[in-house]
Order: sequence, then C-alpha cells, then structure tokens
Amino acid sequence: MTENRTRTVRLQVNGERHEVNLEPRKSLADALREDCGLTGTHLGCEHGVCGTCTVLVDGKPVRGCLIFAVQAEGRSVRTVEGLTGDNNKLHPVQQAFTEHHGLQCGFCTPGFVVLAASYLEENPRPTEDELREVLSSNLCRCTGYQNILDAVMSAAKVMDGDQATIATPANEPSGTSTTG
Amino acid sequence: MACAQTTPTVESTKSQASQAWVGRTIPRVEDPPLLCGQGTFVADIAAGDNCLYAAFIRSSVASGRLVSVTAPPGVHLVVAADLTAKPIRPLLLRPEYVPIDMPILADEVVRFVGEPVAAVFGRTQAEAEDAAEQVQVEIDRLPAVVSVADALADGAPLVHPVHFPTDPNVAIDARRETDGFHAAMKAADRRISIQVSCGRQSAMPMEARASHVSIDRSTGRITLTTTAQMPHVIRTGLCDSLGIPEDQLRVVVPDVGGAFGAKQPLAREDVVLIHVARQLGRSVAWIETREENFLAAWHSREQVYQLTGGFSTDGTLLCLQSEITSDVGAYSCYPVTFGVEALMAMNELPGPYACPEYSGHSRAILTNKCPVAPYRGVARPVLTMAMERLMEVAAAELGLGRVEIRLKNVVKEYPHRQATGFVIDPSSHVEALEQAVAATDFDAHARRKEEAAKHGRLLGIGMSVFSESSGFGTSAFAERKMAITPGYEKVQMSFDPSGNVVLRIGASPHGQGLRTTLSQIVADELGVDPSRVRVIHSDTDATPYGWGTFASRSLVIAGGASKLAGAKLREQIKAIAASMLECDARDIRLRDGNAEVTGTSVRVSIDEIARLAHHNSQLLPEGLDVGLDATATYDPKGTFSNSVHVAEVEVDPATGQTTILRYLVIEDAGVMVNPQIVEGQIRGGVAQGIGNALYEELLYDERGVLTTTSLLDFLPPTMAEVPTIEIQHLETISDFTVTGAKGVGEGGTMGAPAAILNAINDALASTGGAVTHVPATPQRVREAIRQAQRGKEESA
Repeated sequence: MTENRTRTVRLQVNGERHEVNLEPRKSLADALREDCGLTGTHLGCEHGVCGTCTVLVDGKPVRGCLIFAVQAEGRSVRTVEGLTGDNNKLHPVQQAFTEHHGLQCGFCTPGFVVLAASYLEENPRPTEDELREVLSSNLCRCTGYQNILDAVMSAAKVMDGDQATIATPANEPSGTSTTG
Repeated sequence: MACAQTTPTVESTKSQASQAWVGRTIPRVEDPPLLCGQGTFVADIAAGDNCLYAAFIRSSVASGRLVSVTAPPGVHLVVAADLTAKPIRPLLLRPEYVPIDMPILADEVVRFVGEPVAAVFGRTQAEAEDAAEQVQVEIDRLPAVVSVADALADGAPLVHPVHFPTDPNVAIDARRETDGFHAAMKAADRRISIQVSCGRQSAMPMEARASHVSIDRSTGRITLTTTAQMPHVIRTGLCDSLGIPEDQLRVVVPDVGGAFGAKQPLAREDVVLIHVARQLGRSVAWIETREENFLAAWHSREQVYQLTGGFSTDGTLLCLQSEITSDVGAYSCYPVTFGVEALMAMNELPGPYACPEYSGHSRAILTNKCPVAPYRGVARPVLTMAMERLMEVAAAELGLGRVEIRLKNVVKEYPHRQATGFVIDPSSHVEALEQAVAATDFDAHARRKEEAAKHGRLLGIGMSVFSESSGFGTSAFAERKMAITPGYEKVQMSFDPSGNVVLRIGASPHGQGLRTTLSQIVADELGVDPSRVRVIHSDTDATPYGWGTFASRSLVIAGGASKLAGAKLREQIKAIAASMLECDARDIRLRDGNAEVTGTSVRVSIDEIARLAHHNSQLLPEGLDVGLDATATYDPKGTFSNSVHVAEVEVDPATGQTTILRYLVIEDAGVMVNPQIVEGQIRGGVAQGIGNALYEELLYDERGVLTTTSLLDFLPPTMAEVPTIEIQHLETISDFTVTGAKGVGEGGTMGAPAAILNAINDALASTGGAVTHVPATPQRVREAIRQAQRGKEESA
C-alpha cells in the first residue's frame, strides 16, 4: 500500500549522490539512516528538542527529525560521517572531543560535533558565552557539558591557527573492541 | 619455579611506577568510532536489517478493566491471550515483601498510563505506527490511586488484589532499630525534626530503549540485541518467563546511549518481541519513542523523608529517627525490585555522620503510576538532602556554624561501623570539608551576601557532605535478601599467539570508558601497552557470567578481578621467561612488552612468549598448561568514596529563578585509574543533580495521566544552565579494594540537590521562607517567599 506513495528523491550527502525511494512523510534523519546507510545521525526525541539528529543542509544546522527528506532534494547535506577527512583523519572538533573527554556514551555526540564544526567554520573566534548559547540547543546526559565546551574552545583555536598541524592522539587506539 | 597453580600476590601499583598506566589520563579507546558516526546502537542494527518493527499500544487510563482490544483484518495484533510466557516475578526473600507479578502485556486489568496492552507490527516503524492507530482499545475506567495519600486512605482501591502484612497498597514496610535508640532520644538535649521530599524523576538517557531479536535458522537460537545494563541477568529473567533453557538465548548489548539505571530492569516488551520473532522466524525490532520512554521506561525518586535528630547542646548527633515513604508505582522491577530505593534509603542513613543509635522505618507504596527502578544515586540524592537539611536546621537552632556542626559529626576514625552495619573504609571527611571551606572562602560568604542584599540581591551558599557506597559484592546484596544476589565479577584473560591480551568481563559498560580503564589496569600488571588489551563485554556468548553495570561497581569489581587475573598471568609469563632465559622466575620483571632479568639487558619479548605458549608447547616448563590464560573472581565487601559539594546561588526574589554562580566538588575516589574519566563521571552526575534540584519533574494529573511526556515538559539542563564545575581531588588509599580505586559513578547526583537546596534556603533566609521539595522550581521558590510573607502579616 505504501509503495504507491513513494517517490524518487535525489540527495547529495557528504558529496555523494543517493537516489532513494521514499514516502514524502519520511524525515531526512530517517532517510539518511534507512535509505543512505548513514546511521551516524541518531534520533533522541523526534520532536526537535534534543538536537541529537543535527545535520547540515546547505551548511546550516537543522534538526534532521523536523525536515522531510524531500525538502533536502537539490540541497547539500552534510552529516557526521562527512566530517572526517581523507585517511580517516578526525576533524579538529572530533579530535578535540576525544582529547577533552567531550563524550561518554557517544549518542548525542554526532549532533554536537556537527553543530560545533559548522559554527566554527563560520565563526572562527567565538567567545565562551557565544558557544554556551549555540551549544545549549543540544542535550547531553552524560558529560555535564563542560568538557564539550572546552573541546569546542580548543578546536576553535586549532581551526583558527593551522589546520595542517593537528596533533594525532598520544595513544592511538589499535582498534575498537568487540561488543558482539 | 612458579607454576600456574601458585596463587600470586598482587603487586601494588606503586611498585611498578616506572610504567604505571594507572593514574594517567589517556584517550579513550571507545571514542574514535563514536566520534565518526561509526558507533553501533540497536537502532543502527535494525536500520540495516530487513526486520519487522513493533509498536506497542499502551493504556491511556491509570486504572481500569480491559474490555477488548481489536484491530481490522490485515493488522498483526498480539495481545496477552496470544502469549504463553509467564509473568515477570521479581523477588526479595523478606517476610514483608509480597511478590507482585508483572504480566508481559496487561491482561484484564491496566494499572498505569503507558502500560503495554498490545503490540502490532509493520515493515517500517512508520507502518507499525500506522497499524497502531487502527487498534481499538476499550477500557472500563476504575478509581485510580495517584498519590501516597490516595493509597493509604480508608477504603482506597487496591492497586493489586494481594494481601500485605500491614496496610493495603503498602508493598514494603521495613523497620530497624538499635537497642539503645529510645534511651538516647529521651536523653537528648534537643530533638530537631525536618522533612524533605523529591518529585518523580526520569533517568532520561539520550537513547531511549531499543531491542532487536533475530533467530538463527539452523539452530533456532535467539539473539536479543538490546539496551541493557545486565545482559546475563536479563537472559535469566527472559528464559524463566519464556520457559526455555538459557543456552537458547544470546543477549548482546552493543553501544548504549546512556542508561543511568533505567536500562537495568528487564523490559517486558522484549518477551513480546521474542515471541513474535520465533513465531514468524524473522527478525523483529522495537525502537522506543521518547514519549514511551517517559511513560513506561521506569521512574524514580518520588520520596518523602522525615528525620528527627537527637542532639546534645554542643551539636553532637546522638541518635536519628527516620520515616521514609516511597511512591513506587504499579509493579516491581526485575531483578532488584521496588525495594531498591526504600531499603537503601533506610539502610544508608545517616550517611557520612557517626551516630550510634538509629531507628528507621521505610515504606514502599503502590500507586497507579509507572513503576520505579534504580536511577543514578538510588535513594541517596534524597537521603543526602535530608541529612544535610537536618544539619542546617540543627546548626541554626543550636547556634552553631554550619561547617562546625558537620565537622563535629562526620566519621573521623576508620574503618567505622555505622549503626546499620555498613563499614566505612578509610576516607577523608574532615580533610574534604576543610578543603571545601578553604577553596570557597565559605565563612566569608556572609559578607558577600550582606553586600548583595544592599542591592536587593539574594545570594546563598550551601554544602553537602556524603559518602558514596560503591563496589558492593555478594555479601552486601545478600543482606538485602535479594532472591537473585549480585556481587562478584569474574574475568577471563588470555594472550593470543601474537601477544595481544583479550579480557572478557561480565560487567557491561555503556559510556563509562571501562574498556580504557581496564586496559590501563591490565597494562600495569602485564607490562604491555594498553592498546594491546582488547576488552570483550556485553555478549552472553562471549563473556563469563556477571552482573553488568550498576551501583558504581564496574571499575572496582571488574577492575579488581582484572588485576587479580593479570597477576596470575604475570606469573605464568615469568615462569616461561625464566625457562627461556635460564634464570629464576623471581628475577624476572615485565616491562615495556618484555620479560627482562632485573638489572641486566637480558630479555625476551612477551610476544615471543605468547607464541611459544601456543605453538611450541613442548618447550613450556613442566606444570604449565598450554596457552596463556587465567581466570579470576573478585567479590569485595564494598568501599565508600567521599565528597563535599559547595554551591553558591543567586535567587531572584521577584521570579523565584535560581542561578548557580559557583559549583565546587571535593572528591576522594581513592586511586584514580584515569583522572579525566573520573572527572567526567563527577561532572555528568552533578549536571543530572542540577536537573533534579531545579528543573526536572514528572507530573501526573489527578486522573493519573502523565503530563510531562516530551522534552518540552520535562526539562533536563542544557549548557546554559550547567555552570563550570570545579573539582579538587583527595586520594585516600583504602585496602578495602585490590586496586585502591573507589566507585564514583553516582556521587555527582547525590551531592548536588542537597548543596543547591541548602544554598537556596540560605539565600531565602532573610525572607523567612524555605523550600523543602525538589525540584525547587521558580513557582516553589515564590510560594515559599509568599508563605513567609503571609506568616509575617498574620503575626503582625
């Protein structure tokens, strides 16, 4: 029954084209997760408050749960998977999050790093107050926020300085351990 | 020569200081995939699988008789009558505990808004939700019990038709009293009473619950991939309900988006998923919505404490009486039961204070509301608020300083046995208090307050002092008479032939960074880099039976077991190295990946030893088994970390709004394996405590309908509300744990409500008002000020 209601949508995500069949009522976050195989964008409330599903559409942060996939047609979408550079090099914001322990369970993290990265790209020298204002649009239940703030302040300095000199972690993990 | 059977001694961290990984902040191994969107949460597995999705139909009334559940043809509907699984029956082996069954789906009767009555299925979540909208549920409404007062009223409706030994709807009625209590209370110079209470809380993990069930075609074995804290225990509960042997069910817990206790209980929804997956022979998933999470994924903390302290005129607390009431909702949670808050509340008083005589009475009251379960801190956030309120009021009434009365009464000699039997191991209550006072210039705050008052501003400062029980083993839980008695942790540790270490644990971390911290402990024991230690957890097929992660236990207990297993393996490696290097094993030490003869450059790499142990076993010394592996169990009695929190606030008298100006934590966690992770636990806990103190509350209306079902109604703090949290450490080394580490997972939530409430009341002192219920919302603060004004006007 629902097949009749689907339509083909062309999405440009992290520089790659995805041609997907979906219902017009499908949110962009669901389309990214289910149709594009990009499960890094998480859903925390599906009513636009928590910011976990934050993605960039034409460079601007949006709630992935509050925008339909069809609305993103013809626009450029960027997700957490698109932050990591070539050779899997972490984005300065991602790097700063691990150095400053800005994540614990990691569920809200994609939303925070996408939001922070987009803000810093447009506002290279933010004040702490500005960042508190911007980042208060997302919820985290593990960290108490301070390490997130410290991480983004630190990333701002790195991005404003020289992106080429981003340090690699002191103790590069050998890989992720299994959880089955 | 050492052999595998020898029980090795545990070398202290300090003796291997040259390579100590314990005590260092190193980046977490957990981070890179989570940062890049490559984590694996349950919903991610479902999104990549051609599975069915379930949607649950839930009761919209608090109490009623279920008349019918119907759906049009084509909708796959599952109701209670379709299931053969037994109800869930959590047990305490105490005379006052009457077992209450929780059916898998409501059968004949519904007992709270949000209780599942049926499930439907679709090829997508949207289709399942479409189907759910077509289901008709008819319920005859019955009078609901919405509060403790309702439940205890004469002729109150019964939430369950069972006979309790004391009053109807009183599911737990527990007492304990020391022999000398009454004489001490009678002899006390002053008897001082207070009351505090806490609203209903949600742990509110960022990821709601989720489960995915698949069936192995060749064997029929079931794999449940789920958001759980106790995978092994959940398997036991599910198999008991389903009537299948445990080897038929594998429980896997992938990345989990926070839990905080709310993912500890068995989810009744999982039984339905397994039933349908087996029936259809295909995978089924359920991704809980945020609304469902608020309605049905366990609540906590709705408690009232009345304390009376018997004091001497110099402020010494001679005896304490407690009267505690917990609104526990409609069912008991598996396995810890609804006794978890009520009993912990009674047994952990009087917290960090020495008080020889105690009388406690605690009741758990059934209501037609969502059942309660553990939430980070369990009882102790409210217990601490009660004790710290008592200290504030007693100081004022006895004309003593707020710090003075605490200094007089905190435990000073260790180990100290409390009147309830808990033994507080070496701690630093006095030092922590003195450090907190110095760091905040606590005594000078009165001047700052006075100055601000000249400009109409209300400033206040408050503190909380507490001990955090952690790392409780079997003996502590056996005291609670739990039918399922948690406590020990067992680990299996082995080298693979390439010299990497595999550590299998029964604990089940979900954000705490345990893979990192355990690798640090093991690295020190074996002289290898932590990056060579891989920790496997949260899979019942791949790990030893264990109790998962709760109650600030994992690092203490699984960490202790890891250290013990490492010590055993170290002796095996030394024995092989001694044989290879033709020396005495006692002269070998492990460092930087090598076994070396002390004081020489003679060495052999641990990689070579690992390879030999597997591939050239004919060369192993006599008495050693092939391979390199060891198992160890650790089951400590428990250890207490201790803290002092100080909050400085400003209260706006016109709006009742509270702003936190400064927040300080003095923490003594013993040995910190990874200081950055310890501080992360503290800050995260304090943020939740701030939510508890000022913002978050689950509210039911008079019909028992939950009115706070979105993040627009239930308000966790954002970065705008959580201030910088300063932390200073003390390090008391206690020999109650083999690593010297104490648990710190819950302390933040325990200390914050008390410190903030005391600060608010300090700010309100000039108005004559006081707030005794959290969250201290602007409305409640304004009401306290208005009430004080009315009192003044009436007496004028």
